[in-house]
Amino acid sequence: MAADRSPRAGAGLKPQHQRHILDGRPDVGWFEVHAENYMGAGGPPHRFLERVRALYPVSLHGVGLSIGSAGGLTPGHLGRLGAVAERYQPFLISEHLAWSTHDGVFLNDLLPLPYDDATLALVIRHVDEVQSALGRRILIENPSTYLRFKGEEMEETEFLGALARRSGCGLLLDVNNVVVSAANRGFDPLAYLDAFPVEHVGEIHLAGHAVLQDSDGCLLVDTHDRSVPPEVWDLHRRLIERLGPLPTLIEWDADVPAWPILEAEVAQAESVLRHGDELRAHAA
Amino acid sequence: MPPDMRPLAHAQQSFRRGVLQARLQVPAAVAGLPGPSRERRFSVYRNNVKASLVAALKAKFTVIERLVGEEFFEATALVFVERHPPRSPVLAEYGGGFASFLEVFEPAADLPYLPDVARLEWARHRAFHAADATPVAIDRLATLAADDLHDTRLTLHPATAVAASPWPIVSIWTTNTFDAETRRIGPDHAGEIALITRPQDDVLVNVLPPGSDLLIAALREGRALGTAIGQAPASLDLARTLALLFRAGAVVGLLKGISE
Repeated sequence: MAADRSPRAGAGLKPQHQRHILDGRPDVGWFEVHAENYMGAGGPPHRFLERVRALYPVSLHGVGLSIGSAGGLTPGHLGRLGAVAERYQPFLISEHLAWSTHDGVFLNDLLPLPYDDATLALVIRHVDEVQSALGRRILIENPSTYLRFKGEEMEETEFLGALARRSGCGLLLDVNNVVVSAANRGFDPLAYLDAFPVEHVGEIHLAGHAVLQDSDGCLLVDTHDRSVPPEVWDLHRRLIERLGPLPTLIEWDADVPAWPILEAEVAQAESVLRHGDELRAHAA
Repeated sequence: MPPDMRPLAHAQQSFRRGVLQARLQVPAAVAGLPGPSRERRFSVYRNNVKASLVAALKAKFTVIERLVGEEFFEATALVFVERHPPRSPVLAEYGGGFASFLEVFEPAADLPYLPDVARLEWARHRAFHAADATPVAIDRLATLAADDLHDTRLTLHPATAVAASPWPIVSIWTTNTFDAETRRIGPDHAGEIALITRPQDDVLVNVLPPGSDLLIAALREGRALGTAIGQAPASLDLARTLALLFRAGAVVGLLKGISE
């Protein structure tokens, strides 16, 4: 994105919306794609993304690098990520503070890590490896979590702050994940955001979650299958008022709605960002 | 591995076992928290992993699901996921072993054509993601002299695949893909050879003449047309096979005059 323009809101790119996007050219700031969906040799997915890329900035969001694997990054995968980045020239590249591969088996979920010094050192090494291979800074996203480990030595915000400081990576702040993890692990989302190393944030994610109520209590599950709930919008607005506009993505990956519904969510995020512009203009 | 990484490696090992195995067993490293139990918390990951991988198989094997029904498919896919989890973070690459698994999956033994139908569906999926190339028209063959034709090699499109079966897999696939009410295919129906191609964006499925799979296998190995014809049965309808290969966009190049 041009440096003189204020950050915009974007949407996750879905093949279901191909016609609306290519024919209608909606006024959204950018699209984000999951890197692993474009690691095939060819075919319609690449043709679609090439046409989108010719019209919009694209952000690359990895879901398979397994940056927290005790056994190291999956051989070959980093090269494939680099090839997708080379081909589509994304304005942002992000991955997760999580792991998904162990002993060569890929579990297709963003699994949690214990927040201790040994894990921190490992993740810093892996982020270094990724940034050196790609030749650029990446963003690391705070995960949605459902449990914690015995013997953890620090809070997630401390872990992410140290990671960003020591590896030079940026952070992707997923506000829905904050709400989900806060409910599941029993912390206050506002206190989490107060403690978050916001100076490193380069992108924000917004999404919806499911509520699983049972006799022993409630768990929130990060499902990306519905609209952004009021609590997440409220935290987003507070963040933008505090930090100014940041690229903000609406993630909707399951039960994908018709394009106009997703576009309306993006427009709502955009209005929060423009509200942030106004506050900045008044303050100046 | 550095010694301080061993606790994490151990936790990930038991997490991996815990999310994949049939019995719920929470890794010892998981702490208790107020509210929902450790079991319920860990189960969110178990469900995410298994449901997402079953869904990935479902998306690729829609005809298998229709043939066996949703409940049977999900139970079958779950066993496959537990025994053969993905080895690549690229989910599009997951499911190549499903057809072979169906061959030895006892509860599906009554439907002996399932594995070959699964091979056809997998070939279609692979064709969708294969490298792009531009097919050539059959007119190009006509420009060659008869002598050159014998020594010509055909370069196949990367998406091109053949699935030969003693069962009528194309007829089964077609009616289960396009018909609201499936057509009955008799037990005496002859076996079929499926040709899977993707000349542009759409994946095509055609029935090849008997014996043509041997011809195409020889072409794929880089044999010249004359040699490849020699490896197919004499009864092969060569004109129809070649016409179909070119019409379906299976051929992207002709290399002529290289003697064997």
